[in-house]
Amino acid sequence: MSAMAEPASFRARVAAAVADPRLAEAIARTTGTARRKRAAAVASWADFASARALGRDIKDHVIAHLGHYLALFERNARASGAEVHWARTAQEACDITVRICRAAGARRVTRAKSMLGEEIGLPHALREAGIERIETDLAEHIIQLAGERPSHIVWPALHKTREQVAELFRARHHDAARGADVAALVASARRELRAGFFAAEVGISGANFLIADSGAVCTVTNEGNAELTTTPPRVHIVTAGIEKLVPSTAHAMTLLRLLVRSATGAEVTQYTTFHCGPKRAGDPDGPEAFHIVLVDNGRTRMLAEGLREMLRCLRCGACLNHCVVFRTIGGHAYGGTYPGPMGAVLTPALDGLAANRDLPQACTLNGQCQEVCPVAIPLPKLLRGWRDRSWREGLEPATLRRSLALWRFCVLRPRLYRLAAGGAVRLVRMFARNGWIRRMPFAGGWTRDRDFPAPPARTFLEQYHRSSSARGERR
Amino acid sequence: MKPRVALFVTCLVDLFRPTVGFAAIRLLEQAGCAVEVPRAQTCCGQPAYNSGDRATTRDLARAILDAFGGYDYVVVPSGSCGGMLRAHLPHLFDDDPNLRARADALAARTYELVSFLTRVMGVETVEATYEGTVTYHDSCSGLRELGIKDEPRRLLGSVRGLTLAEMAEPELCCGFGGTFAVKYPEISVRMVADKARDAAAAGADTLLAGDLGCLLNMAGRLSREGSPLKLRHVAEVLAGMTGECPPIGQPARR
Repeated sequence: MSAMAEPASFRARVAAAVADPRLAEAIARTTGTARRKRAAAVASWADFASARALGRDIKDHVIAHLGHYLALFERNARASGAEVHWARTAQEACDITVRICRAAGARRVTRAKSMLGEEIGLPHALREAGIERIETDLAEHIIQLAGERPSHIVWPALHKTREQVAELFRARHHDAARGADVAALVASARRELRAGFFAAEVGISGANFLIADSGAVCTVTNEGNAELTTTPPRVHIVTAGIEKLVPSTAHAMTLLRLLVRSATGAEVTQYTTFHCGPKRAGDPDGPEAFHIVLVDNGRTRMLAEGLREMLRCLRCGACLNHCVVFRTIGGHAYGGTYPGPMGAVLTPALDGLAANRDLPQACTLNGQCQEVCPVAIPLPKLLRGWRDRSWREGLEPATLRRSLALWRFCVLRPRLYRLAAGGAVRLVRMFARNGWIRRMPFAGGWTRDRDFPAPPARTFLEQYHRSSSARGERR
Repeated sequence: MKPRVALFVTCLVDLFRPTVGFAAIRLLEQAGCAVEVPRAQTCCGQPAYNSGDRATTRDLARAILDAFGGYDYVVVPSGSCGGMLRAHLPHLFDDDPNLRARADALAARTYELVSFLTRVMGVETVEATYEGTVTYHDSCSGLRELGIKDEPRRLLGSVRGLTLAEMAEPELCCGFGGTFAVKYPEISVRMVADKARDAAAAGADTLLAGDLGCLLNMAGRLSREGSPLKLRHVAEVLAGMTGECPPIGQPARR
């Protein structure tokens, strides 16, 4: 499925996803491993609950004092020699980044995986500007070759099985691996990417933490590609959402412990790098210029619109891995940059509710996402908030509104409700054969692939009050 | 003095599985409660609440406060509806201190059935027999909003003849989700089919849960697949009523 060919509606994307057995296999493999490893990591961490509360408090504190920490970060980053840019919108962020690339005479850039980059549409903006982009994260490299979008915020190529990746590499790599074993595939990608690392004029990365008291930017990876993206080129550009701020390195480490265990179940990332200003006199390597683009893109609006808690998000992906809807439909079905529960909250904020009203609705509110979130984001509550707004703004279908109005009329009138309930069960019983209803008008959503048990002829309240009045009791 | 307990029977039990209501009454009376069934009860309001219709949810919540205000306890044979009354109803009145106080008082006295028996009435064992192997599905709201996990298993452990066999993922949502099941059937059916596979692999002859919504969904899918698995609300087994009523979807033996 190429990015261009994705169906336009949520329902059509869901239909395509559930019809793809290889997708189900790919999701089950990766998310299953992730859930097992996270469970083990959390179980072996005696203080997990207090660390989680601390992580939540750190994020809440920064969000409550965002202006203060942004100013502090900017001052310290400038003092370290970085150039700090402010972008209100995705468009501004892309314009600033492309301008820096052009000023550096860049024809080719390397990029370390960044969901913020995806959010602001940076790959598209670079293509429009005629700048060649080399994705250096293995999974991003895979989806760049395939012309697709990330389907997961930690494993962008989660939707592909390794057999599919082997096929892709054989078709596209100059010196492709023969087998489908992971080591051979990694070696194949390494051969393909290596030259690109040293040919790029600009390296672009995201940020996991922006550290206010030093002005440093922290990135974490498991492949070392961020370091190769940000060190050899002459210019390093960081694009980061303003919610990535933390007061100090110690706060970043508290959050990193939560992030890594929640994402992969490991204790620490393979590479945890602090980028503080450009190359100084006497440094053996590093970029000559270091730019930080701080991106709002709707974040301050989220503060005002009851989505404050969403700005805690560390982008660990645990809510995706545990979400039974994500496990069923995969990431592309969500249609936005961010899939899963966190995406169902973020995408309406970033891309508008009207075009994304299905996302908060397509959820059973089972609460597993909140349970595993390392910073205790009340995702079901935030999803309900979108549902409230969708109802207020009249975005819900007329059939639903009509049936709920009829239901409302009955449930607010207990006597009428009892009459209607009794009538309804006796009507429904007429469609039953051998105890089950296999088809019924207006019930196709249920009965297409499920039966419905035939109700008894009398409701509980009819039976109960009949027998209690027979006993002469009054209730 | 016996505690006066109001049974909030829930609309799904009222319409589709009255035996759960009678099982709840039997269990509550065995535990020493005086049970009443307020006539002015309908639904907990989740269809409106989960659709975003706050105004209707509030109107219905006020009616619930009136109908259920005067009892020592309110007991609900459902984690989902119990969670609605305990965890959500008070927040509907965040802007109205009087109603909020009444809602808080109601929430504090409201319990899901099995957790009421164990936590409030101190029930450790039940007088019941069930010859068979059962597996227990943890309904999401009961598990995550009310913290119910061990209680049903503990009481099931006291049922003579009963063996409990766990599923691989007993805490995984079955895909019901109220109106979700009919709004997004293509997703819901895949979820419940996965659940059915897990239940079938547990080696049980009966699948139990504490929520009728999940049970109707799972029973409906298993029936369509032709599965021999029997489904029941946990209260029917705990009340020893399985001889009096057939499993969900099987006609009464008369």
